[in-house]
Amino acid sequence: MTANNILQIVLYFGVLLLLAKPLGLYMARVYESRPFVLDRVLGPVERIFYRLCGICPEEEMGWKKYTFAVLLFNAAGMLAVYLLQRLQGVLPLNPQRLPGVSPDSAFNTAVSFATNTNWQGYGGETTMSYLTQMVALGVQNFVSAATGMTVLTALVRGFKRHSADTIGNFWFDLTRSTLYILMPLSLILSLLLVSQGVVQTFSEYKNVSLTRTSSYDTTKLDDRGGPINDASGNAVTEKTGIKEQVIPLGPAASQIAIKQLGANGGGFFNVNSAHPFENPTPLSNFLEVLAVLLIPAALCITFGKMVDDQRQGRALLSAMVIVLVALMTLCVWSEQQGNPRFTAMGVDQTASDSQPGGNMEGKDARFGIANSAIWATATTAAANGSVNSMHDSFTPLGGLYPMWLMQLGEVIFGGVGSGLYGMLIFAIIAVFVAGLMVGRTPEYLGKKIEMFEMKMSVLVALIVNALVKAGTAIAVSTKAGVAGIANPGPHGFSEILYAFSSASNNNGSSFAGLSANTVFYNTALGIAMFIGRYWVIIPVLAIAGSLAKKKRVPAGLGTLPTHTPLFIGFLIGVILIVGALSFAPGLALGPVAEHLMTRP
Amino acid sequence: MTTMIRNAFMSLLLFTILTGVIYPLTVTVVAQALFPHQANGSIFMKDGRPIGSTLLGRQFDDPKYFWGRLSATRPYPYNGGASSGSNRGPNHPDLVKSVQARIDALRASDQANTRPIPVDLVTASASGLDPHISPAAAEYQAARVARNRGMDEAKVRAVIAAYTGQRQFGILGEPVVNVLQLNLAMDELK
Repeated sequence: MTANNILQIVLYFGVLLLLAKPLGLYMARVYESRPFVLDRVLGPVERIFYRLCGICPEEEMGWKKYTFAVLLFNAAGMLAVYLLQRLQGVLPLNPQRLPGVSPDSAFNTAVSFATNTNWQGYGGETTMSYLTQMVALGVQNFVSAATGMTVLTALVRGFKRHSADTIGNFWFDLTRSTLYILMPLSLILSLLLVSQGVVQTFSEYKNVSLTRTSSYDTTKLDDRGGPINDASGNAVTEKTGIKEQVIPLGPAASQIAIKQLGANGGGFFNVNSAHPFENPTPLSNFLEVLAVLLIPAALCITFGKMVDDQRQGRALLSAMVIVLVALMTLCVWSEQQGNPRFTAMGVDQTASDSQPGGNMEGKDARFGIANSAIWATATTAAANGSVNSMHDSFTPLGGLYPMWLMQLGEVIFGGVGSGLYGMLIFAIIAVFVAGLMVGRTPEYLGKKIEMFEMKMSVLVALIVNALVKAGTAIAVSTKAGVAGIANPGPHGFSEILYAFSSASNNNGSSFAGLSANTVFYNTALGIAMFIGRYWVIIPVLAIAGSLAKKKRVPAGLGTLPTHTPLFIGFLIGVILIVGALSFAPGLALGPVAEHLMTRP
Repeated sequence: MTTMIRNAFMSLLLFTILTGVIYPLTVTVVAQALFPHQANGSIFMKDGRPIGSTLLGRQFDDPKYFWGRLSATRPYPYNGGASSGSNRGPNHPDLVKSVQARIDALRASDQANTRPIPVDLVTASASGLDPHISPAAAEYQAARVARNRGMDEAKVRAVIAAYTGQRQFGILGEPVVNVLQLNLAMDELK
């Protein structure tokens, strides 16, 4: 660890926590319909929106109706994304003349973007037309994030209300999340990003002719397109000149802003935020990685405000920060150690004033070690999934922390909305476990936690957990699954485990060496993303409905306070123990085995 | 039920117009007005002709130029149309091979230089389009470039120093040298 590594981590959390409070209080105003400035400007737009859609924003919904609205809206979105991809070849705004996307890939991407996962089996610049990027993927970036926020808001209302049959109006929550929170923030961020060099244009790719041509070796092909071999069986190569440089363009900044803010993560270009046009400078990097955790952190404050006890929100936020600071620091440290193999080959991996040192494979020079590892852990803690370095090339332990952060269930910050509702489920489990220890009926925020809530909470924790393992097991025991592996040995197993951890938890980051754009992976990961999202949303909304019905119990002497350092520590313990017990064997077979193999 | 379906499809349509059309168009119009250079790829010109982008790296393998990061894009390195990292894990046999090949090429082009090689010079970048190397990696190549150009080494080092960018605000990121700009500056010197 260098002094600058530590300084960058401190600065990151400092600015994050500074911004979380005002944004969190603002969002509480948005959901509680208290007046604010933007309200006056965009209020008419909101009202026209409701009128055109035939929505009555004051209508209160029970949890079943709310759930049905969530699912219906998401189904419509999925269908639209699927069709737009399939038909992009004949639709406008396609300057690269890209053909329609294959059915399995289009299915995977439709599920991926509707579930806020943004797993990308495809390469952006070679697959998706500008139109698809904007009106299919870009739109889902907004509304899938807003969907997460609606479910959270409904759950918070469940805690806040008592003896009530309803938990709010889905359309109201959805519209306000998008119009007053996601769009204004994205507008500001995208312009800041353009100022740093992120592209934003509708013109097609430019070709710059090079004054000095260089060349590369290509395999010589015979008339039938097969490689020609020489006498000893090696492929014959020939020199091909590079005469032009391709400058890729597109409306990137607008999409990048929301993919960072909305815990989406789907990049405009193939390498996501490692691309110099997607993330050109350390400042753009700082803003983008700040955006990853901004809304999830602020929502903790919103939650505290909405349940009239800000200490509760701060407690959950503290638990998140503590776990992430620890794992982030470990990840930076692991990457800074470098690759022991290289040292023996005469490579200098020591950090100094003039070089970052460490494991630089798959990292861009402007980001070095600290910015790459900070991003890797922030993006996997939040269910974001965007990358600015190639996680597949991380050291074994450096790759373990991001993978484990996903396996913890995306509750350390987690997705926009989804992270906090996941965390609240863990809080329920924690008070239950604590209740068992002293033999009292557990309660949380004045609501008794009973059989039904526990069943649903355990269901949430188990479904995703089981999905990761079942998916990985199927993939490693089938030919189609193993065929996608890029790295030999335990690292290959890690690639698959990482993919299913990412998809099931709706993260979307990948060990990108895995060839996942195949019928098998597109289907298997598509199913994992689908179940991992909606089979969690349904029990969460069921809990919201059940809590809203309950009477409030006044806190007594036997009530476990849920805002104290003791509870924060206990909550962290529960999360880590569930995560460690569930995934220790899997991690031992992958990154841990690989780490032990490489120790000199 | 039918009301719900109408709500769902109409709101999706309106969100599509709002976030899929109006939002990106607004950003484009404002971005093109405020930051036209950046919004169009930071392309720089010489004699009225576009030379390249300050943000995209380019392949250099001539010993009289500074070399950049390895690039794993296909089918050729630094292909701006298909960004990609190598995605090789730390123990992938091909990773060791590609690092060794770079080491061999560097050593062959500058046999007198036996110092350890800065790691960023022998590893592939994440994007495959990395425009930068570390100042250490530029320093390492200074003697070779000077010799191949018949120039004074001190003069080459002065150019490196002039083109070394510090951390943003003294904290963010890493100090770097833009390889394309450095090489163009070397050509200007003649």
